Amino acid sequence: MSVAACPECDAQVKIEPDTRVSEIVECGDCRSELEVTSLEPATLAQAPEVEEDWGE
Amino acid sequence: MSSPEPSITVLASRVRTEEKRIMTALEKRSVAFSYLDARDLSVTLGGSLPAHRVVLNREIGQYRASYAATALEAAGATVVNTAAATAICGDKWLTSMALQRRGLPTPRTALAMTPNAALAALDEIGYPAVIKPLVGSWGRLVTPVEDPRIAATVLEHIAALPSPQSHIVYVQEMIPKLDRDIRVIVVGGEVLGAIHRSSSEWRTNVARGGASEFLALSEEDAKLAVTAADAVGAEIAGVDLVVDDEGMTSVLEVNHRVEFAGFQEAQGNRVDVADRIVRYMLTKGAT
Repeated sequence: MSVAACPECDAQVKIEPDTRVSEIVECGDCRSELEVTSLEPATLAQAPEVEEDWGE
Repeated sequence: MSSPEPSITVLASRVRTEEKRIMTALEKRSVAFSYLDARDLSVTLGGSLPAHRVVLNREIGQYRASYAATALEAAGATVVNTAAATAICGDKWLTSMALQRRGLPTPRTALAMTPNAALAALDEIGYPAVIKPLVGSWGRLVTPVEDPRIAATVLEHIAALPSPQSHIVYVQEMIPKLDRDIRVIVVGGEVLGAIHRSSSEWRTNVARGGASEFLALSEEDAKLAVTAADAVGAEIAGVDLVVDDEGMTSVLEVNHRVEFAGFQEAQGNRVDVADRIVRYMLTKGAT
């Protein structure tokens, strides 16, 4: 398991071993929704806002 | 000599439970695949994309999913669901037309070109009715209207929305139903299973917190779901059925990027949806 810095509050966010790029994780400290932008090294960005045309 | 393993591209911009399970299922079957972030995709007209020959389109945004599918198909890729199916399923009016053309039972529906014209359409459909956005999912902005006074207020709000497309108003009769509806997943013309979805509120979408429960589907409803998926051209489909208080089943909509986490939980070991999707994709990639 690796960790990455939350871009919102700088807390260390745990990245589980089965995490994939473009997956959404939550910062345990500030509860921001974060997108995993890379795995080696693990990096995070703020997750995109839900858009009007999103769905199944 | 056997054919080489097909290479499958999973197209998405957000990897959620379903995409993750599909990728895990691909790995379990040792299928060569790549993940393509739809936000990074560009296609030159007349160009080719040999690396993306067979594409599973799991893009969450309807416009991006639809254009990506047309662009990838133009470049020679096989896209599941097809661009045509993605366009139909992503638009409630196109879906209603396809279902009606096939002669399938579906709620009475009208399309009004302005919010003002929608009042007359609602009078024709009758109250209570539902106003739905043409594009969108998860029950978002779906509005029940009990009478003309409420309808006029809702339509005033719709008229104030900035997008021209929002001013095209889709209205549908409200089916008097029990507090649940049916979700059927169809892959390659076969029913994988069905669930009941129920909720304490009037929308039963799992995304809105609706609960899922295994359902043994009748043969008649199974046939209806398969025909509905075929009517919109969806090879992988989440078909929503509703049973009215007289026991008549109608097709509400067909989803082309089906979410199945709640469905899988309700099904338990009866079916592995992600693996069935992978197995179907392998039939598309055979060389």
